[in-house]
Amino acid sequence: MLAILDYKAGNQTSVRRALDHLGIPCRITNDPDQLASSLGIIFPGVGAAGQAMDELTRTGLDTLLKRQVDAGKPLLGICVGCQILLDYSPENDTKALGIIPGECLMFNRALRDEDGAPIRVPHMGWNRLSLEKPCEILDGIEPEAEFYFVHSYYPNPDPAFVLATTSYGVRFCSLHGRPGLWAVQFHPEKSGRPGLKLLSNFYEYCRRLGHAQ
Amino acid sequence: MLSKRVIPCLDVRNGKLTKGVKFKGNIDIGDPVETARIYYEEGADEIVFYDITASSEGRGIMLDVVDKVASKIFIPFSVGGGITTVDDMRAVLLAGAEKISVNSAAVKNPDIVSQGAAAFGSQCIVVGMDVKSVPVSETIPSGYEIVIHGGRKFMGLDALDWAKTVEALGAGEICLNSIDADGTKEGYELTLTRLISENVGIPVIASGGAGAPAPQADALTQGKASAALIASIVHYGEYTIPQIKKYLSGEGVKVREVW
Repeated sequence: MLAILDYKAGNQTSVRRALDHLGIPCRITNDPDQLASSLGIIFPGVGAAGQAMDELTRTGLDTLLKRQVDAGKPLLGICVGCQILLDYSPENDTKALGIIPGECLMFNRALRDEDGAPIRVPHMGWNRLSLEKPCEILDGIEPEAEFYFVHSYYPNPDPAFVLATTSYGVRFCSLHGRPGLWAVQFHPEKSGRPGLKLLSNFYEYCRRLGHAQ
Repeated sequence: MLSKRVIPCLDVRNGKLTKGVKFKGNIDIGDPVETARIYYEEGADEIVFYDITASSEGRGIMLDVVDKVASKIFIPFSVGGGITTVDDMRAVLLAGAEKISVNSAAVKNPDIVSQGAAAFGSQCIVVGMDVKSVPVSETIPSGYEIVIHGGRKFMGLDALDWAKTVEALGAGEICLNSIDADGTKEGYELTLTRLISENVGIPVIASGGAGAPAPQADALTQGKASAALIASIVHYGEYTIPQIKKYLSGEGVKVREVW
């Protein structure tokens, strides 16, 4: 069973629909026992970093998440859930979870795309990943596959944690983490077959780890 | 690099497609859910549903359609038509759509755009603009005027001013429909598309009149649009989405080719 973290800033139902489609057992929950007994946690997010952090601290889920990660629970952060794993986001001047070292940056509207036109913000639509380090949640996904992005801020973690990058006026980190702790700036639940494959890779990792334990 | 998007548009009335979509073998499908699933499989980058149901009873049927679509396709989709309040928006988003689009409702009540953006984020709010070419005047300096009711009612609003206004109000995207080009299959209105695209910082979807892939390539290159809305070209089986994407790619337009 995967746990989809239930907090007000999430897009839990989209993630649940994708997992249901894949036949992956899951539960939307904020119950500490259910989170602890899950094989892995998906930490979704839409909206603003400030609201998301406020909700996590108000409910104590911030401490709970950190404890679960420290205990080795696999975690997949999505979009805002990817950004607030870092130390800080300038969006609403937000002190974030600090699970992965680094901070978020905002796209600079003065940047230009490959055609020389100013970039439009938010970065919205389909874009590719360029792999920086081997990453098992991308197993079986073609290098030309594209993922769906919608964001105005992007993660800028410690380079040791950069797993894949994407180009949009600037080359930014679109996937960061380490084995068992992944954060994706794009929305795998809205990225068609490659996105669904990433979610099932995450589940398979969690299952293997669960069996090993 | 961001790909240009190819977006089929489906008109729905009382939970059924207004025109059956012809797929290979002339199989006529009237079910919006099944049609969306097929376009998803064929590589559509996004799907737009336009609900032309008038009754409130029909609105409930549309929410049911949205919920079913959201369980079958895993790409973004938007819903427009008849959305006039933040509560309407919330219902559609909760049913599983990524975005909602407002057109005449925004012209009549521009606050709906800012209210929607504040409640759900700009990325959720698409403003549809129906535009007609008119003589340049003091009120319409661009020579393009906003119209509603399928082009029958002129609103005295300059299209370029309106585009900048909705961006300032918090719209995340503009769907630009040229009434002059719509349905003629002669191509998108390139001058208009380029004018709006160059003067706003949010993505513009070009809509209205493409019966072949060449005008789409023009709208995405010369017109500087981020996406092209397509309807009859695919609904009547003249071209498939993979054929259109292959053509665009051959013309040097960056599109998503693996799905």
